[in-house]
Amino acid sequence: MTTAARTGRVDRAGLAMLSPAVVILLIWSIVPLVMTLWYSFRNYNLVDPTLHGFAGIDNYRYLLTDPDFITSLINTLVLVAGVLFVSVGIGTLLAVLYDQEFFGRGIARVLVISPFFVMPTVAALVWKNLMLHPIYGVYSSMMRAVGLTPVDWLQQFPMATVMMIVAWEWLPFSVLILLTAVQSLDSEQKEAARMDGAGPVARFRYIIVPHLARAITVVIMIETIYLLTIFAEISVTTAGGPGVASTNLAFLIYARALLQFDVGGASAGGMAAIVIANIVAVFLVRAVARNLEV
Amino acid sequence: MAIKRPKSHTFAIGLLGWAIACWVFFPIAWMALTSFKTEVDAIATPPQFIFRPSLASYHEVFARANYWHFTLNTVAISLGATIVALALSVPAAYAMAFIPSQRTRGTLLWMLSTRMLPPVGVLVPIYLLARNTHLLDTLTGLGIVDMLTNLPIIVWMLFTFFREVPAPILEAGRMDGASRWQEMTLVLLPLALPGIASTALLSIILCWNESFWSLNLTSSQAAPLAAFIASFSSPEGLFFGKLSAASTLAVAPILVFGWFSQKQLVRGLTFGAVK
Repeated sequence: MTTAARTGRVDRAGLAMLSPAVVILLIWSIVPLVMTLWYSFRNYNLVDPTLHGFAGIDNYRYLLTDPDFITSLINTLVLVAGVLFVSVGIGTLLAVLYDQEFFGRGIARVLVISPFFVMPTVAALVWKNLMLHPIYGVYSSMMRAVGLTPVDWLQQFPMATVMMIVAWEWLPFSVLILLTAVQSLDSEQKEAARMDGAGPVARFRYIIVPHLARAITVVIMIETIYLLTIFAEISVTTAGGPGVASTNLAFLIYARALLQFDVGGASAGGMAAIVIANIVAVFLVRAVARNLEV
Repeated sequence: MAIKRPKSHTFAIGLLGWAIACWVFFPIAWMALTSFKTEVDAIATPPQFIFRPSLASYHEVFARANYWHFTLNTVAISLGATIVALALSVPAAYAMAFIPSQRTRGTLLWMLSTRMLPPVGVLVPIYLLARNTHLLDTLTGLGIVDMLTNLPIIVWMLFTFFREVPAPILEAGRMDGASRWQEMTLVLLPLALPGIASTALLSIILCWNESFWSLNLTSSQAAPLAAFIASFSSPEGLFFGKLSAASTLAVAPILVFGWFSQKQLVRGLTFGAVK
């Protein structure tokens, strides 16, 4: 068999193996996107058939002047930024802590990363009822035990409490990733710095943090993508309330589409979410590309 | 270790490490503990650490809540979505790892970018498509969406595992006259089996815990555990024992899977950027 014939056959074989996955992903990534874009320019309400036709930019104009949208946008950004701050800030410190040798380290590590494997609805309800319930919650009992009055956290500080629950789920993710990265740091390098008289703070600042830079970038970007779509935690704890105090973009879109049946308005909100995610995605794809040797 | 630390130092670090670990794990431990309480003990104030264990809550969950229905849904969706995704991804990852072309790099990065589309951005069209094709509240409907969401991650993870298989081994098979198909099924798959297994595990974990689509595309017929647990957000959730028993059962298998596959999960979740 000639080389040319072989190459031709190989190329076709590769294409045949690759195309099913590519075609399906292509459809999945384009069709819903185009539909969202299309609906966002339409008057379309699922329960009001008299509303139809081209809406121009009305859906967007209505959305941008809607105070609920502005609130939900701020809540989304606060949620993403707050959880990122906790999971990267504390996560880095914990990654270094669990890299140290101590008794039962393996078990302690497993305990710390466990919340990541708890499904969101369980995490949210365990916190809402077993931990923070103003009468029966463990935390409320602890507050009473030291003479404080228990707080109805989800009523009084809905956004902060949701953020805390989400941070509890995602801090373990960053610890898991960053710990893996810390472990790949050459221990001789750490020892050398120590011998040269670098204190723990200097070692952390000048050796560990620079080494973790890429892992931190990846954590920030992956978490951002997931945090933009936080939904279950809000749905089962506050249902976006009181009022819209804990409504984020994801919950607002859900409410517009499936509770108010306003397909056009919800789609305009969906486009807003897509635009935000795309800004993040550009950076993530670049960060991964730098590491890809093909 | 070139330099020994003082004993007290190690002890302090250990104490801190364990204190934080216990605090982070406490809600899970408390949930498991509460699941073995009677409803009366479960809401006792102050909370009871020592009590007479009871299986009453588990009996309730099995008898009243039709728990098996939701578990079977979850298992069917997770396994179904994983098997279909693997069937699509193994050939694709094989082609990109062993028959690279100029387009391979671009294809990989494009696949990654499709994962960046936020589910909520396409909630409206997916919901309407599912409704119009009668796939709303069906195992097939949710399974397809879960499969598609995870497909890029699975292709990537398999790709990074396949790349570690030395190409000469595959070439040797080809010299002996193996076709592409034989090369993949008879030579590569046995070698990459551990990698494929941990990819499958990650896919199962992600499907099992998936909550956004589960809550929006299913109601009762095809509801997986994530949606079933969400039904406790109504005042029914105040039955702490029942909530805890159902939650413990829903979480336990995935928690154990997660413990055993941490290292491989890192690779999949970070698209190979952190190993």
